[in-house]
Amino acid sequence: MIISAIQVLLALLLAPALLSIIRIVKAFFGGRHGPTLLQPYRDLWKLARKAPVYSRTTSWVFRASPSVTLGAVLAALAVLPLCGVPGPLAFTGDFIFLAYAFGLVRFFTVAAALDTGSPFEGMGASREVQFSALAEVALFACLIALAILSSSMSLSTMLDHSWAAAGNMRGEGVLILVAAALMLVLLAENARIPVDDPTTHLELTMIHEVMILDHCGLDLAMIEYASALKLWIWSAIVISVALPMRTGDAAFDIVAGVCGVFVIGILIGVIESIMARLKLLKVPQLLVVAMVLGLLAVGLGLR
Amino acid sequence: MVLFGASLVVLFVSGIAAMLNSGRHPGRAAILGVSGAVTGAALAIASAVPVLAGAPSWQAWTLWQTPLGPMNIALDQLSAIFAILISTVTALAAIYGRGYLSGHGTDPRAAGRSWCWFNLLLASMLLVVFAADGLTFLIGWESMSLASFFLVLFDHEHPGVTRAGWIYLITTHIGAAFLFVMFMLAGNGTSLDFFSINAAGSLRADQSLANTIFLLALAGFGTKAGLVPTHIWLPEAHPAAPSHVSAVMSGVMIKTGIYGLLRIISMLGVPPLWWGWTLVVIGSASGILGVLFALAQHDLKRLLAYHSIENIGIIVLGMGIGLVGSATGNHLVAMLGYAGAILHTLNHGVFKSLLFMGAGSVIHATGSRDIDRLGGLMKRMPVTGATFLTGAAAISGLPGLNGFMSEFLIYAGAFMLIVSGGAIWAGVVTALSLAIIGGLALACFTKAAGAVFLGEPRGPAPANATESPRAMLGPMITLAVFCVGLALGAPWLAKMAGTATGMAATAASFPDSLQVFNLLADITVATVLLVLLVLAAALLRSHVLKGRASTVSPTWDCGYAAASPRVQYSASSFADPIVRMFRIVLRTRRHVQAPEGFFPTAASLETHTDDVLMARVFEPAARGVTRLASLVSRLQQGSTHLYLMYIFVTIIILMIWNLR
Amino acid sequence: MQTILELLAICLILLNFRLLGASRLRSCVGAVAIQALALNLLPLLSSAGENWWIIAMMAGSTAIKVIVLPALVLRAIDRTKVVNEIEPLVGYTKSLIIGAAMLALCAFASRRLTVPLGGVDQILVPISLFTILTGAFLLVARRKAITQVLGFLVLENGVYLFGVTFAVSEPWLVQMGVLLDLMAAVFVMGIIIYHINREFDHIDIDRLSNLRDGR
Repeated sequence: MIISAIQVLLALLLAPALLSIIRIVKAFFGGRHGPTLLQPYRDLWKLARKAPVYSRTTSWVFRASPSVTLGAVLAALAVLPLCGVPGPLAFTGDFIFLAYAFGLVRFFTVAAALDTGSPFEGMGASREVQFSALAEVALFACLIALAILSSSMSLSTMLDHSWAAAGNMRGEGVLILVAAALMLVLLAENARIPVDDPTTHLELTMIHEVMILDHCGLDLAMIEYASALKLWIWSAIVISVALPMRTGDAAFDIVAGVCGVFVIGILIGVIESIMARLKLLKVPQLLVVAMVLGLLAVGLGLR
Repeated sequence: MVLFGASLVVLFVSGIAAMLNSGRHPGRAAILGVSGAVTGAALAIASAVPVLAGAPSWQAWTLWQTPLGPMNIALDQLSAIFAILISTVTALAAIYGRGYLSGHGTDPRAAGRSWCWFNLLLASMLLVVFAADGLTFLIGWESMSLASFFLVLFDHEHPGVTRAGWIYLITTHIGAAFLFVMFMLAGNGTSLDFFSINAAGSLRADQSLANTIFLLALAGFGTKAGLVPTHIWLPEAHPAAPSHVSAVMSGVMIKTGIYGLLRIISMLGVPPLWWGWTLVVIGSASGILGVLFALAQHDLKRLLAYHSIENIGIIVLGMGIGLVGSATGNHLVAMLGYAGAILHTLNHGVFKSLLFMGAGSVIHATGSRDIDRLGGLMKRMPVTGATFLTGAAAISGLPGLNGFMSEFLIYAGAFMLIVSGGAIWAGVVTALSLAIIGGLALACFTKAAGAVFLGEPRGPAPANATESPRAMLGPMITLAVFCVGLALGAPWLAKMAGTATGMAATAASFPDSLQVFNLLADITVATVLLVLLVLAAALLRSHVLKGRASTVSPTWDCGYAAASPRVQYSASSFADPIVRMFRIVLRTRRHVQAPEGFFPTAASLETHTDDVLMARVFEPAARGVTRLASLVSRLQQGSTHLYLMYIFVTIIILMIWNLR
Repeated sequence: MQTILELLAICLILLNFRLLGASRLRSCVGAVAIQALALNLLPLLSSAGENWWIIAMMAGSTAIKVIVLPALVLRAIDRTKVVNEIEPLVGYTKSLIIGAAMLALCAFASRRLTVPLGGVDQILVPISLFTILTGAFLLVARRKAITQVLGFLVLENGVYLFGVTFAVSEPWLVQMGVLLDLMAAVFVMGIIIYHINREFDHIDIDRLSNLRDGR
């Protein structure tokens, strides 16, 4: 229980650092110096002190959206395991809770975007719901594969590789497929290249960035922090799937997990640096690839 | 029992009184109708609640003796759950309808008359749920169809309403025909009484008879429930009816189909696996097709009607999981499936009627059903907006509200199937179907709620809208509170639902209701935590922002200084990427008049989505039947001599035949 | 007795053929009246003929069927000024041939019918069937409403004959039933013909087919 709490605390503290790792890697590839590790913290602090500006078109939905986003992501964090350390609130069926908590975030973000009455936000919202419908199927396919492998219904037991002790060879293949599929879904859900460019300034090309275009000040700080946490959660899931070894020692596992998350961050940075963003019409195809990988994992697990 | 009988009497009397008074005192007729509906509903609830609270279920109270056998009613837990749902929602809809019908340009005499049919509808639905033999069931069923037909035709001056009514009547009677055959087969010529059928056990013994009955029940009840492919009447009839009637039809009337299916399954013994697969396949198809077609609609009520099809698909998915669990002997899975299905029935009854009432409010205030002409109503109709958003969040299955709880149960059943072995693929198909349905439903309801309530008003009608009267707001608020309450009470409700099917379903007992309870208790704790965290974040935010003055300015418009409300993303554009992705199924027709020249003037885009099954399957079939009928009509020349000759020739032939 | 019955039988057959082949309405009416007279004489020829009640019944029904009803029909003919059935649906020669075929059919059918009768009255069964069929044929194949009324009367005659063949000892039972039917039918027919004539200025049933819907 204490271990799980420590894991959550580390997540809360280090999530913005994950963002700066990605930026540092991209700067390295670009031959630039790049921001420091603490830059996102300074940005959040700066935003939190600003006075808010609201559009006269918006209603209470717009003002409620950041709170819902942050609260839901924190609740999702409560069920998250990390490399063998179970989440503090693990229970049967918690992965469904995780997926639908993210759905809640999406609902209110999209609602807030439509609330502004701007065509750019509407455009981003429309793309977001399209891609997330596909991504959700891919996610559930991967979860089904993990459930088959581990014969359990809680995310913590699915990701702790307890079945590995039995020397199950086919599990490796399934894990590789699941990890690849989940990586693609991570890129889609967290607005990374090749799905969406987080540093673009062209509203017509944005998906996630444009939905929060009108937020500012403390609202924007909450949303940015929540997206950092979301990225942390997804990276933790991917690394828990990909990292095959578990020592029994909780402390070692936590440290390994955190390092693993940062390794995923570096991987994201590398992907963002060497690839260009896909045409929007091709993104559904990418997600269908993720879906197919997930289904292959299911099929492989059932043989 | 006495209370139920009293309920029926009250409903009949108030209905007839409303009809008689509608000519000269329409106001009094409406009050009579509404109070009759509410009283009747309250009496029915009063008779049902004790059974749920633990009193033993009562049986076989004869209502009337007919030549075909006695008309019996009985009440067990399954009936009680449905009865409470039906009564509550219909009573609230009655209160809502009073306010709705007293609005814009409705003929008060027609409104007064409609209360007769409304009360008859409630009475017949209750009769269906309380029926203990086939005759009572069918009488209730037919009166339900007729009463709702007359209610659908309320606005018959509007174009398209008559057509919708006819399609509804024809389809519902085709379904009823299946039910007649089914009951005759089940009764085996002896008795239609459910208890004696159960006791005789002939349905359990003969597998081919059981298969036939199952398929007939699926066809008959599936037509009423709105399963693909017999769903074509739903998107026509529900929008055509006035909003409080749509709420009742979508919220509870189609659930009587689910009730019938559950009842028949409970009489049929241990099911073979292919029954469960059939329901899973039909459920997924209904769910996915329903939500896809909903995405392509611009009429608010038609969108909601397609969503009803989707949710019935989810309920049937749950029943499929239940059947698969029973077939493979996995009782926990069976209980999860059935409990999920029944809980989703309750939940959908609550939030779908809430949504239809919200739509009715919008129509009442703006006179328009077209989503692309509305907008910005949240500020002008705050209560309607808030309750509609609650309903939208509930139907998308978001945690914190009731839709999530029932979908969670079905997910749990599917995953438990996957994890425990045996019919794994059924679980896989169910889980993936639920996943895509959830994603698309979220897209659809953000579109609907966003385009109608959020943003800027797209025309003068929404800009000048005012909030609905209190008679309409009261039921909506009550239903929204129920959404939250049902979410919190889900563990107990699921346990009750699980034991309801335990008592009504297969003879094997279900000892795992406690496990279902614990499962849901965990998830309820998690959702409560989520809500608390959200509230904490909100409190923190408001505390920090307390001292700061906030500025109000126009939305960031990228430097385009003259943004008008029409610059907003419309609902059709919002749904366009998904609609185009699934265009093979949807076959949306687009009429584009693109802007030409350097300074474009007029341009337009119009999309139109017909129901695929209606346009490609049923309408050609209907045309074929009409052509066949016109061939036969050649026999009818209008000549008396010909008709007499037919008679005499037949007599001669019969005589010769007899004398062979 | 036997001879008289045979004579009666031949008489009835000839009357039916007369009806099938006659185009003048007055002669049709006459044929129907004579047929009714012949039928009413039938019970008198059998063993039950001594009963005075039977005689009274026969006298009464004779009065109605031979005198009153034909008089009514003649009055309808005068009113509507129809003299001939000019264009029947089935021509007169064809009618006669069909009549012959019907007689053969009835003879064949009655041989198959196992009737609990003595040999004497056996001959009347095919005659009664033939009369029924004649009446039916008149209804089908003639245009004018008056001829159809006559056809109906002949039909009733045939039914009565069939009934009385079996219930010779209780002819009044059959008679009563048939009479009641007849009276109601003729009344209704009379009213209908009058209204049709008033509405359409003719009593040509075939032209009523204009009322059908569709093509």
